[in-house]
Amino acid sequence: MGKTTTSASISTGLAKRGHKTVVIDFDVGLRNLDLIMNCERRVVYDFVNVIQGEASLNQALIRDKRVDTLYILPASQTREKEALTREGVEKIINELSETFDYIVCDSPAGIEHGALMALYYADEAVVVTNPEVSSVRDSDRILGILQSKSRRAEMGQDPVKEHLLLTRYNPARVEKGEMLSVGDVEEILAIPLLGVIPESQIVLNASNQGLPVILEGESDAGQAYDDAVARLLGEEREHRFMSAQKKGFFSRMFKGG
Amino acid sequence: MSETASSGLQHCFQLKSASVSMTALELYYFDNDEFEDTLRDKISQAPGFFKDIPLIISLEKYEGLSSELDFFKIIGTCRRHNIHVIGVRGGNDDQRRLARGAALALLPGGGQRDRQVDPAEDTAETSEPAAAAPEAPTEPTPARIISQPVRSGQQVYAPEGDLIILAPVQAGAEVLAAGNIHVYGPLRGRALAGIHGAQSARVFCQSLEAELVSIAGHYKISEDLQDNGWKTAVQIQLRDDLLVVTPLEKA
Repeated sequence: MGKTTTSASISTGLAKRGHKTVVIDFDVGLRNLDLIMNCERRVVYDFVNVIQGEASLNQALIRDKRVDTLYILPASQTREKEALTREGVEKIINELSETFDYIVCDSPAGIEHGALMALYYADEAVVVTNPEVSSVRDSDRILGILQSKSRRAEMGQDPVKEHLLLTRYNPARVEKGEMLSVGDVEEILAIPLLGVIPESQIVLNASNQGLPVILEGESDAGQAYDDAVARLLGEEREHRFMSAQKKGFFSRMFKGG
Repeated sequence: MSETASSGLQHCFQLKSASVSMTALELYYFDNDEFEDTLRDKISQAPGFFKDIPLIISLEKYEGLSSELDFFKIIGTCRRHNIHVIGVRGGNDDQRRLARGAALALLPGGGQRDRQVDPAEDTAETSEPAAAAPEAPTEPTPARIISQPVRSGQQVYAPEGDLIILAPVQAGAEVLAAGNIHVYGPLRGRALAGIHGAQSARVFCQSLEAELVSIAGHYKISEDLQDNGWKTAVQIQLRDDLLVVTPLEKA
């Protein structure tokens, strides 16, 4: 759906702007983030090792080779996901927040334990949605959980700030009525739009090569992620890549309209 | 809050007068099988809302033989469906003796009218004479007001009064109220008004896209709502046991 791709790009984007950033993989048992960040061969200790006191944070954190203000805390592939305890996660997040500007938590799919742990301590949430009804419905569910089960909700503090990020957006298919439009999704979910990432082969290629898409600065998807990060930091940027490429005069002539 | 001057001792409890709105089961006659069938049917119309509610058995309209009244069976059947019978209202001496034998509380009968007596008329006055607690002022129950979207998987419940939602009710969400439900936004989920049987309850929304609308147990599902007022501002009310959808502009 694009959560891990998005976590990789947003954390890379934040780090590239000079903010000291760490991205944590909460998908215990599956472990995708380190593949997308191309550091899977450098994993020695993981998130669960740190929670269980078998390693220190400094031993487990992996420094990114491309952006030196970026660190990755990989998930464990061999442990049970129940190994993530609320106290353990809290301790790590508190420790990280002493030295890092931004902590990006990459949530697994669904509304199970791992996802609940990933969102519990959140101040802001980027909800990644595809333009289809079932995905939007799931996002609505997660938004409900964010506003009722997060620490901010339980403590009665200001609610978690919500952002909508629409991925795999294909304007041509929207025009044909095969996909929900940005407007439809915004209207249903009723939260502010952070960005729209166009569907693109680049995204697939980049994750296969272990390269966060945002570093593909020439591509639509890379630029769209860069815009999203800028907006996350409070910059105003116009939304792009939301309409289909205008057909040239000749191609329209030859296709008969 | 304030320490009473009468004694410096803190007692382990204090008695207060409380006025609680409750569901009454108005029994006309009693047949064990029929009772359970009807109960099951009612529960299936609004599952979840009957769970663990207190119930009083009203005997004011009971026409069967007193000897047929088996409170132990009634209590047992209700408990199997997670409903707690706590007392009876009205009834003659024999019936009340039977109820006491089943360890039920006895409430005075003769409450002038219950809310659902006049369903068709617009009764602006919802306050009813409080028979049990005469000292309680008859103030309307305050409405519950929600300003955040009610999202899929969430449930919002106004057990006594109206429910007012200033945001969308999303598909997969459920909103319930003893009184009316107002949704100042699209209603995409399920809305159940009058869940304690108030037939005069209504549902108002700015865009009807609901999965289900129910008033006092009478309901319509999305499929049956599509033909009339779909995706427009409407109100829904009960007329002759049928849900009627009418547009809100120039009502």
